[in-house]
Amino acid sequence: MSFDLKSLRGSAAIAGVATFGCGEAHGFTEMELLVRSARAAVEDAGLKMTDIDGLCTASVGSVMWPMPVIEYLGIRPTFIDGTMLGGSSFIAHLMPAMHALQSGQCNAVLVCYGSTQRTATFGRREIAQARRWMDPQPYETPYEPFNPPSAYALAASRHMHQYGTTRRQLAEVAVAARQWAQRNPEAFMRDPLSIDDVLNARMVSDPLSVRDCCLVTDGGGAYVLVRADRARDLRKPPVYVLGNGTACWNRQISSMHDLTVTAASESGRQAYAMAGVGPKEVDVVELYDAFTINTLLFLEDLGFCQKGEGGSFVEGGGI
Amino acid sequence: MSGTGAPQGVQAMHQAELSKGRFLIQRCGDCGGHIYFPREICPHCGGDGVAFVEPTGFGTVYAVTTVSRKAAEGGDYNVSLIDLDEGVRLMSRVDSLAPSEVKIGQRVKARVIVGDGHGMVVFDAVEGVSA
Repeated sequence: MSFDLKSLRGSAAIAGVATFGCGEAHGFTEMELLVRSARAAVEDAGLKMTDIDGLCTASVGSVMWPMPVIEYLGIRPTFIDGTMLGGSSFIAHLMPAMHALQSGQCNAVLVCYGSTQRTATFGRREIAQARRWMDPQPYETPYEPFNPPSAYALAASRHMHQYGTTRRQLAEVAVAARQWAQRNPEAFMRDPLSIDDVLNARMVSDPLSVRDCCLVTDGGGAYVLVRADRARDLRKPPVYVLGNGTACWNRQISSMHDLTVTAASESGRQAYAMAGVGPKEVDVVELYDAFTINTLLFLEDLGFCQKGEGGSFVEGGGI
Repeated sequence: MSGTGAPQGVQAMHQAELSKGRFLIQRCGDCGGHIYFPREICPHCGGDGVAFVEPTGFGTVYAVTTVSRKAAEGGDYNVSLIDLDEGVRLMSRVDSLAPSEVKIGQRVKARVIVGDGHGMVVFDAVEGVSA
């Protein structure tokens, strides 16, 4: 399939952003974190909540999540998207929101999320049990993969087998992330972290140790998207959206055709084509680095290095 | 597959056969492709001419992890992705080796284990080289 979405290139801009309660947010609900960050993002854009007539939000636990969010915010959106694709959802919301803005279906879209996965009293163990019924994966669950780490561990095993990638190279990703975190006062973990710390940390699902794995933190985040012409008149310098792409190929790791090639190879191609840029033009990259193998796969799939060369690309502080 | 009583979906049929000790995959009568996990329609061509077939049971370890677990809870265990010789992949575990000894490329053969009347397929290491 080919896309020609260049007419949407730069048609919308992010006018406001905010986070709230990142790290540990004792005593808050997911809705409260979402609403606090939403309020701050709207304020950042120089708008009022009553200006918001488009809503994108998704929840890990609640399947009808846009409804209580609309109710809580007291808004009457004419555009609603509640698609849940995991961590990429809030980037995937961009394209439908841009279409809705361009068609005039709405004029200001609020994209928002809140999570209390660190401090919630309804913990991960209970959620794992509930998922067996709410989100069944009957062909994997009997083998008790400790997911998500085990799914990424399987991908890492394959990358190591095919390309000679080492645990030390995976550890480089965690160390680089920590070094960036040390420059960010809002980051959750800022202690020094060495390659050996990662290699010697408690193993979770071989070859991934606990330091190869995603931090579990609370937080709310939100941004506001408006048409480019309106963004020029708002409070902050607009951040134009030049390209966006979404691709999804599977839910279960056992249904993935090639564990070393992610759907980012397709979504990246779409986004580059829409934006009219390629990896060589990109100076700043922020990848979803939940597990260390993710970063290698995404660097490769988005064209920053060849397939299989992610390990050597990140060596020696490469990222 | 013939069942007794009311018609049922492929998930229940697959599980019922497993619980009788038999591991089945599907083959599409329209395009000829093999299918796993079981589906009501073919994911290769969209056709509905899918039927259960018995695989040879032979396969190769495609990816592997050892999940850490406290000794008191049973200790570390293997989770593998197995590529059957028919060309389909599934999650399972290799039972006949220590978790740390399960390597990518290991040839394996399916075996159904039944506990409390509920069957599941696991694999044992066999001699040979990957197909």
